[in-house]
Amino acid sequence: MKSAVVQLPGLNRDRDMIAALTKISGKAPVTIWQTETEIPDVDLIVIPGGFSYGDYLRCGAIAARMPVMQAIKAKAEAGVKVLGVCNGFQILLEAGLLPGALMRNASLKFVCREIKLEVVNADTDFTRAYQAGQIIRCPVAHHDGNYFADSETLKAIEDNGQVLFRYADGTNPNGSLNDIAGVMNKAGNVLGMMPHPENLIEAAHGGSDGRGLFASALDVIAA
Amino acid sequence: MINARVTVTLKNGVLDPQGKAIEGALGALGFDGIGHVRQGKVFDLQIETADKAKAEADLKAMCEKLLANTVIENYSISLS
Repeated sequence: MKSAVVQLPGLNRDRDMIAALTKISGKAPVTIWQTETEIPDVDLIVIPGGFSYGDYLRCGAIAARMPVMQAIKAKAEAGVKVLGVCNGFQILLEAGLLPGALMRNASLKFVCREIKLEVVNADTDFTRAYQAGQIIRCPVAHHDGNYFADSETLKAIEDNGQVLFRYADGTNPNGSLNDIAGVMNKAGNVLGMMPHPENLIEAAHGGSDGRGLFASALDVIAA
Repeated sequence: MINARVTVTLKNGVLDPQGKAIEGALGALGFDGIGHVRQGKVFDLQIETADKAKAEADLKAMCEKLLANTVIENYSISLS
């Protein structure tokens, strides 16, 4: 499987993401710069975390309106898998590729710690390496991760199995409705999540709970 | 030339933690009886046209496409 990592001014988790994808798939991802409008032929496009365009206006708002995102949107509509982590999640929401919005953390504080996640739906291209109901560890680092959607949208994404990850064991760090940490689109090929699975993929990180997400998305699950 | 002001506020029912914190700080300063503080944004723009209707239509499109996130925010437009 071929993958790509989007690089925009202000994103700073791109190198962690490139390292994770390289280690797990055995192939380095190609990189996509902000000015590109022709997206290479890949199976997975990852938008990493950071502070694209200084988080001006709203987190992810400027990035979501750049031409590169229009090109990514077209790829997503054609079925290519797209994963947005942290600022990447904010960008996907602002671009309208996922439902809902992310607001300032309820505590008003930047949170940087490890939380627990429940894998709510393991029957997806992003989570098949896990078991439904499995609790995994994952780091978070963000200021605006407070997931909001109107009650109708919330009901729809819950009923459709689009909530893939929920903060578990009282570790919701930001006030997200229904403890939502990760949301997939209805078609099942676009996932956004606030936690950073790329930072927990090997012993040197203190664990590898995040590995399953990339193994699923890259289709390299060990038999 | 038309001067415009766009005001973006959070929709009713959307929790505003910053508004709450400001409300608490106002209370701490001794301002009693303050409630329902909501934080928003103001954009002042100049538009090179004399056509008010066109300016208004353009501003509405700007709000829908960029200035407001209509999932959580309302906007209002005033021209002068």
